[in-house]
Amino acid sequence: MHIPDGFLDAKVWTTLGVVSGLTLALAVKKTSNRAHTEGGSGGKQIPMMGIVSAFVFAAQMLNFPVAGGTSGHFMGGVLAAILLGPFSGLLVMSSVLIVQCLVFQDGGLTALGANIFNMGIIGAILGYYIYLGILKAIKRMSISSFIASWLSIVLASSACAVELVISGTVPLKVAFPAMAGVHSLIGIGEGIITALVLGFILRTREDLLQIEKV
Amino acid sequence: MKKIIFFGLLIAIALAAFLSPYASKSPDGLERVAEDKGFLHKGEGRNIIASPIPDYTIPKVKNEKLSTSLAGLVGVIITFSFVCLIGHSIKRKRKL
Repeated sequence: MHIPDGFLDAKVWTTLGVVSGLTLALAVKKTSNRAHTEGGSGGKQIPMMGIVSAFVFAAQMLNFPVAGGTSGHFMGGVLAAILLGPFSGLLVMSSVLIVQCLVFQDGGLTALGANIFNMGIIGAILGYYIYLGILKAIKRMSISSFIASWLSIVLASSACAVELVISGTVPLKVAFPAMAGVHSLIGIGEGIITALVLGFILRTREDLLQIEKV
Repeated sequence: MKKIIFFGLLIAIALAAFLSPYASKSPDGLERVAEDKGFLHKGEGRNIIASPIPDYTIPKVKNEKLSTSLAGLVGVIITFSFVCLIGHSIKRKRKL
């Protein structure tokens, strides 16, 4: 759901550019605190962010087919946020989006703020707090991560639809069902990959991460 | 930690370099909606900047699979380096 240049009007992309910029400044501060926590895995935070971002970039290249000649790919917001914390998760998602935009023409430069808002702020930060809420209620990491990452895709694509509508690109009653509809299918892939990768890391090298426990 | 970085990068490179040529070529969710609902043209030719590796294909490499594969490899290395660079500058700032 990387928005290209030309889909959003100036008021939408400048507003979201400012919102994302300010949130990124906060994320830098929070990541700095996390990287300086005494003992524990604090010193591993930066290299782990590098590895997670490399994985997210790679996984985003792997489009899988969904219904009707459409494809989708893993987004990784909730996974990054669970593994690294929500604000480092946002930094990872934003860095991937910046590289994709500048080097690979995937997502427009004017739409970068909007893409960071959708896939980072909604996809990673909001998705993470949804995950925590579900986890506290049902105590199962696999199911909680599946539901939260499915929702993160549906919510991020809905936000994208709203942005297109406010920009006058497409009417709401057309954009919303189409975007949420196809992404509710793509979200199933997101949920499965998130739960599997999380399960694998928890069984192997949990010590590397500061994962929130119930 | 060196071992973790090595294996982490190895997994990312394996996915980006060896699996990416076999990924689905169909339009993604947003592209599909833009095509079906008739606003795809609004994004055509509107790129603000020219990227060196557009659409994950290296322009000079004719073999499509190899081109995607190399793009994936380059992308993983750039992304990893970029995040480590940002991370270390965030950390260094704190110490001053």
